[in-house]
Amino acid sequence: MSKVLIVAEHLNGKLNSSTARCVTCAKAFNAGSVTVLVLADAPEAIAAEAAAIAGVDKVLTIANPANAHPIAAVYAPQVVAAAQGYSHVLAPSTTFGKDLAPRIAALLGVAQVSDIAEVLGAHSFKRPIYAGNAIITVEAPADATLVATVRTASFAAAAAGGSATIEALSVSVELPTHTRFVELQQGKSDRPDLQSASRVVSGGRGVGSAENFAVIYKLADRIGAAVGASRAAVDAGYVPSDLQVGQTGKIIAPELYMAIGISGAIQHLTGIKDAGTIVAINKDGEAPIFEIADIGLVGDLFTLVPEIEAALG
Amino acid sequence: MKILVGYKRVVDYNVRIQVKPDGSGVVTEGVKLSPNPFDDIALEEALRLREKGVATDVVVATIGPADCQAHLRNGLAMGANRAIHVVTSQAVQPLTAARTLLKLIEKEQPDIVILGKQAIDDDCNQTGQMLAALWNRPQATFASKVEINGSSARVTREVDAGLEVIDVDLPAVITTDLRLNEPRFIKLPDIMKAKSKPLETIPLESLAVESGDHLKTTAYAAPAKRSKGVMVKDAAELVALLKTKGLV
Ligand SMILES: Cc1cc2nc3c(=O)[nH]c(=O)nc-3n(C[C@H](O)[C@H](O)[C@H](O)COP(=O)(O)OP(=O)(O)OC[C@H]3O[C@@H](n4cnc5c(N)ncnc54)[C@H](O)[C@@H]3O)c2cc1C
Repeated sequence: MSKVLIVAEHLNGKLNSSTARCVTCAKAFNAGSVTVLVLADAPEAIAAEAAAIAGVDKVLTIANPANAHPIAAVYAPQVVAAAQGYSHVLAPSTTFGKDLAPRIAALLGVAQVSDIAEVLGAHSFKRPIYAGNAIITVEAPADATLVATVRTASFAAAAAGGSATIEALSVSVELPTHTRFVELQQGKSDRPDLQSASRVVSGGRGVGSAENFAVIYKLADRIGAAVGASRAAVDAGYVPSDLQVGQTGKIIAPELYMAIGISGAIQHLTGIKDAGTIVAINKDGEAPIFEIADIGLVGDLFTLVPEIEAALG
Repeated sequence: MKILVGYKRVVDYNVRIQVKPDGSGVVTEGVKLSPNPFDDIALEEALRLREKGVATDVVVATIGPADCQAHLRNGLAMGANRAIHVVTSQAVQPLTAARTLLKLIEKEQPDIVILGKQAIDDDCNQTGQMLAALWNRPQATFASKVEINGSSARVTREVDAGLEVIDVDLPAVITTDLRLNEPRFIKLPDIMKAKSKPLETIPLESLAVESGDHLKTTAYAAPAKRSKGVMVKDAAELVALLKTKGLV
């Protein structure tokens, strides 16, 4: 039976829902046991949140001031020490997990499966390559620790209702000082989080400027949606980089995705292929976004978006 | 200061990848090959550091089949001083790539290693992190800004929550994100000049790298197609439809 260790992702003292998505992934291959590992300076509250996820058997905490920020070079040797006896080490395929997991895999001397999108067995998975243009089946050796990142958009968050035990763990590994956190510049926003929102309104180059993006924000606020963007919109400075959706941005699966003034490049589409309903608004009826949209509307966004708001009543 | 740049050749990002009907792979015959876009950004950053006087020597390295030479000449034409071609007929997985690059590091003793954050063929996003772990040095992944201050670098990283700034002591591994810079275009005279720049070839076997190719790909499939949707004529019809679906 597989013994799974999930490295918890958290920020500002709160557990990220990506952790509960990893639990669902582990359950998909009938993990014998699921342990969540919380590395933090003050892990108690985060550990309590993790212990409440249904399906989690145990939560391990490693409290250390050096763990205040997720520095991969600091976290990795501790995870490796904690991973003794586990068959699987999972992390979410977010920037946190992408940064950390390969460092763990290399220290263990094992390969890593990136972006698990579907589980076929405890060592057999499907994952996207070529920006999602092909899906491969990969088999990992069963006699080595399996390190993998989990494509969070492919797995629902495990529900609450668990009551796992929480244990403090102490590991004796030397932690490097060669990497130092300076600051996190975080956009202040009261809007829903892009990665977990059930509705997302995204704007592209067609929006034309940072000022014009007010049109997108207004519609988003009206329907309680998170705001996203294409790479072109980010590159042009209309919005900050953490709003980028796509191959090299965020991979999301909201129930409703509205792409406004976005042409539908494959690198963008790979970020939304698991979305429930995709709405496209574009003045070019030939735009590739219409090939995958569930609902398409051709026209000028500056006319249509206010009309949509009016029609919402 | 010396900078080593990882420079992989991949199927061009504009190519619409097709899975072979028998599921044995993707069609690569006759498709356009280009430098991995993130690696072009890595090389550009190294060249800018040289132009600023921070670095003196920029070495591009690739691990790939014999016909990668033209690809490396491309890197030399862009401005690298030297190129290293580790020749192998088989595609290597990230752990093997990292172990191979570590051998080059032992030989070249670079102060900074810059790689792309991911290659747009396997989309793994692993090699830089693995290399940093094996080298026991810092990693600054997904970089959108790099400033060198003597023996350390201040790197701004694109993370899900925003922009994270870290300081790393050198030597270190940096992996690039898209907004770090815009790579230059290659000019014709540079292509001529590149022909005489040193290009070293090293057979992969001669480096005695322990293989890390532990994963087996057993099938390739085209992604599930989304079914064709409907077109609506105006905003009112769109909103009505979204309301019936319970989406707004
Ligand atoms: C390695 C690599 C990685 C990449 N990763 C990503 C990624 O993660 N995410 C991503 O999004 N892209 C990514 N890209 C870029 C991608 O290829 C496209 O360039 C980008 O998605 C285009 O953004 P866009 O649709 O906003 O702009 P455009 O393609 O310029 O489209 C703008 C659209 O707006 C429409 N429009 C203009 N004015 C109006 C109006 N008034 N009303 C209505 N419609 C209007 C136009 O008809 C057009 O269709 C990547 C590219 C590379 C090479």
